[in-house]
Amino acid sequence: MTSQATPVLADLTVGDVVATGTFPLTRDSLVRYAGASGDFNPIHYRDDVAVSVGLPGVLAHGMLTMGFAVQPVVDWAGDPGRIVDYQVRFTRPVLVDPVDGAEVTVVAKVGAIDPAAGIARIDLAVSANEVTVLGKAQARVSLV
Amino acid sequence: MSVNPELQGRVFPPVAPYLVGREKVREFARAVFATSPINLDPEAARAAGYADVVAPPTFAVVVQEATLAQLLAEPDAGIDFSRVVHGDQRFSFSRPIVAGDLLTATLTVASVKSLGGHSMVTAESRVVDAAGAHVVTATSTLVVRGDE
Repeated sequence: MTSQATPVLADLTVGDVVATGTFPLTRDSLVRYAGASGDFNPIHYRDDVAVSVGLPGVLAHGMLTMGFAVQPVVDWAGDPGRIVDYQVRFTRPVLVDPVDGAEVTVVAKVGAIDPAAGIARIDLAVSANEVTVLGKAQARVSLV
Repeated sequence: MSVNPELQGRVFPPVAPYLVGREKVREFARAVFATSPINLDPEAARAAGYADVVAPPTFAVVVQEATLAQLLAEPDAGIDFSRVVHGDQRFSFSRPIVAGDLLTATLTVASVKSLGGHSMVTAESRVVDAAGAHVVTATSTLVVRGDE
């Protein structure tokens, strides 16, 4: 049961920050996502394989970053079914240190409002160590 | 070897239907740090009007995956998996995926482009439910690096 009220489209202004999130990633997070998604590419859990293909180390799955980056928007909207469209560009990988992990931050702002369709476009700024890792990250949220 | 431009427009046969399990949805939801009770608790999902727990938006990639495997295995595609980088991803929903759905995905190669020695392959996987109604289209752009 969600007691939280659904956001009202008419109350939104382009540029408003509607949600933020901080996601600490560890190697455990990557193994968990590998199992849940079925993506067992070893560059996401084996340093030796990552280095052998020229990477600086083990990387988070791009789809994991895409997956959690939208969660602050889901919580704001109050229902995952309100996300009617979601897209990202994978611009930079997230390196996950075996000891220190990585921390990914998300800031979600209103990018555009379509009153006729009842849809808000929420733009996500997603960064790890202050470097942007997703480009053109946009979720369209139905607030009808 | 470069990507075969004749792939553009090719439609692959539908992959075997995928039955969305409640525990798989919950496992995936935990893996992407989802905290919405609608993703995790069947009672909360029913209270919100759904038949069962709702999958997080990116769960659609699990259903899409078999179609991408089909594309990469296509003998005349010329896609060397070791040179593939995931460039872009998009999900466009008619409705969310809910536990209990029986989903069938069909891949179409929307475009094949060359850009500075690399190839960009855009694959659209259309996912329908047991009644044939559209649920989600998952679109991936794969960048295939050229010979160095």
